[in-house]
Amino acid sequence: MQPAYSVIFFTSASGMGYGLLILLGVLAPAEMIPDDRTFGLVSLGIALGAVTFGLVSSMWHLGHPERVLLAYTQWRSSWLSREGVLATVTYAPAGLFAIGWIGIGEVVGFWGVCGLAAAVLAGFTVYSTGMIYASLRPIPAWCNRWVVPVYLSLALFTGALWLNAIRLLFGHPAADASLVVVATLLLSVSLKWAYWRYLDGARAGSTPETATGLGSIGKVRLLDPPRTQTTYVTQEMGYRVARRHAAKLRRYASVLLFALPFVLTLATVATHPWIAAGAAVAAALSGSVGVVVERWLFFAEAKHVVTLYHGAEAA
Amino acid sequence: MTSLPREPGPKKLGLVIDLDTCVGCHACAVSCKEWNTGGVAAPLTDLDPYGADPVGVWFNRVHAYEAGDGMGGRTVHFPRSCLHCDEPACVSVCPTGASYKREDDGIVLVDEDLCIGCKLCSWACPYGAREYDGDAGVMKKCTLCIDRIYNENLPEPERVPACVTACPTSARHFGDLGDPDSPVSRLVAERGGRDLMPELGYRPVNKYLPPRPTRGGTDSAERGADPLPPEPESGGGRFLRWLDATLSR
Ligand code: SF4
Ligand code: SF4
Repeated sequence: MQPAYSVIFFTSASGMGYGLLILLGVLAPAEMIPDDRTFGLVSLGIALGAVTFGLVSSMWHLGHPERVLLAYTQWRSSWLSREGVLATVTYAPAGLFAIGWIGIGEVVGFWGVCGLAAAVLAGFTVYSTGMIYASLRPIPAWCNRWVVPVYLSLALFTGALWLNAIRLLFGHPAADASLVVVATLLLSVSLKWAYWRYLDGARAGSTPETATGLGSIGKVRLLDPPRTQTTYVTQEMGYRVARRHAAKLRRYASVLLFALPFVLTLATVATHPWIAAGAAVAAALSGSVGVVVERWLFFAEAKHVVTLYHGAEAA
Repeated sequence: MTSLPREPGPKKLGLVIDLDTCVGCHACAVSCKEWNTGGVAAPLTDLDPYGADPVGVWFNRVHAYEAGDGMGGRTVHFPRSCLHCDEPACVSVCPTGASYKREDDGIVLVDEDLCIGCKLCSWACPYGAREYDGDAGVMKKCTLCIDRIYNENLPEPERVPACVTACPTSARHFGDLGDPDSPVSRLVAERGGRDLMPELGYRPVNKYLPPRPTRGGTDSAERGADPLPPEPESGGGRFLRWLDATLSR
């Protein structure tokens, strides 16, 4: 699949934002993070800012962005519509939570419930993002049980990296702050690794023989394509650049997304507070670039069954 | 409404394509383009049409495949367009309601005034039937010539999709595949009409009739080992060699 940059930025940025919102909405009412108002302003600001940036960037690739309100109408059938509705609804409790925390300095009671509600809705929003991909049967690399868990865990993990960076910049003790990072990192590594293993081992469900119905005659090969130039379908669905470099790109993604943040996060524990804060910020930046590479690869590695009509041997 | 019709009517209009008779002349594709660039989904935009790298919207495209090997092998011309599926995920993924499946006749359409151009429907179609018009910013697809088949301004025999009228070998048949007694359904039953990629569960309405077996059977393993017919003794030239090969089948 042709990687759509607006979608890559959208899912990376809003994933991180929602992950951070989930952590704040749960940890603050549970009084597991300080309820300092400036900290609330900065952390909620980054979370909601990233979410909003992501949502806006997702509209860049639309043919008719001015009609975007129509996308709220089909939530009964469409995961894309559900994602839009949930993303918008999330702003309500998130806004109240922000008023309580930043305006009034309260993160428990009613305001805490708002935080929890924002966390739950944010979780469902990321879930529906994953389901948009996981429900596309023509793309086996997306339509499998690993996709949604990977989306959810990477949202939490990248959110945790930023939470950690902000906390260390505010001078919170490094050891307990980094715990969430390490936990979500281990979860994400295992899920992403399982996803890649699944991809490498997956048997093609569709073949040129099933696509043409000519399997009873014998093996089917493309003799003449129906075009002299590329078409929308071959451009959008037949993207192959990254598949040739998949192994290398997986290594880059793993280093940026997992290995570097892991080492840097460990480095936060035993050093001077300012070095610790620097390391945590570097970890967050590395993780954010890493997740963009991971998303790019998620597209570029995915094969669409329509390529079978255009000469692919398996999909 | 992108939910699928809860109580779909009995009527399922669609095409039956005979892969035995299709000669791959592309008349259907050209006639489709010609009619529809002036029809409901008009225009079928072409970008850079006379330049080095033209790209444009077509609803119907004709591939050619080789199937099997040796004497049992076949060259098969293969027109591909929207199959007006019974389980069209292209419709249910659409966030705006632009894509829909008609209750009355099962035709899958895009309402271009509602389309935001998110392209998700084209990802959801296994058959490559949806082509995005980057110029108009909306998705386009085969309408089964909705503006012909119900068009009372056309003489009755012309109320069929443009591709069907254009086909010089009558390889394309239009009709109601929901009615088991319709001529198209009987054709499918007689000739063992097939679904494309049935494993994906889209339940296409359009069917493809497989090529009839070649004379002497289609077992490519057996036939493939046949030696080439001997050269005619007189030397003869191309035509005679062809004649000889044909006669000695
Ligand atoms: S062929 Fe593709 S566009 Fe047509 S109904 Fe089926 S899934 Fe939808
Ligand atoms: S491109 Fe248009 S028709 Fe297709 S899913 Fe998006 S809004 Fe619906």
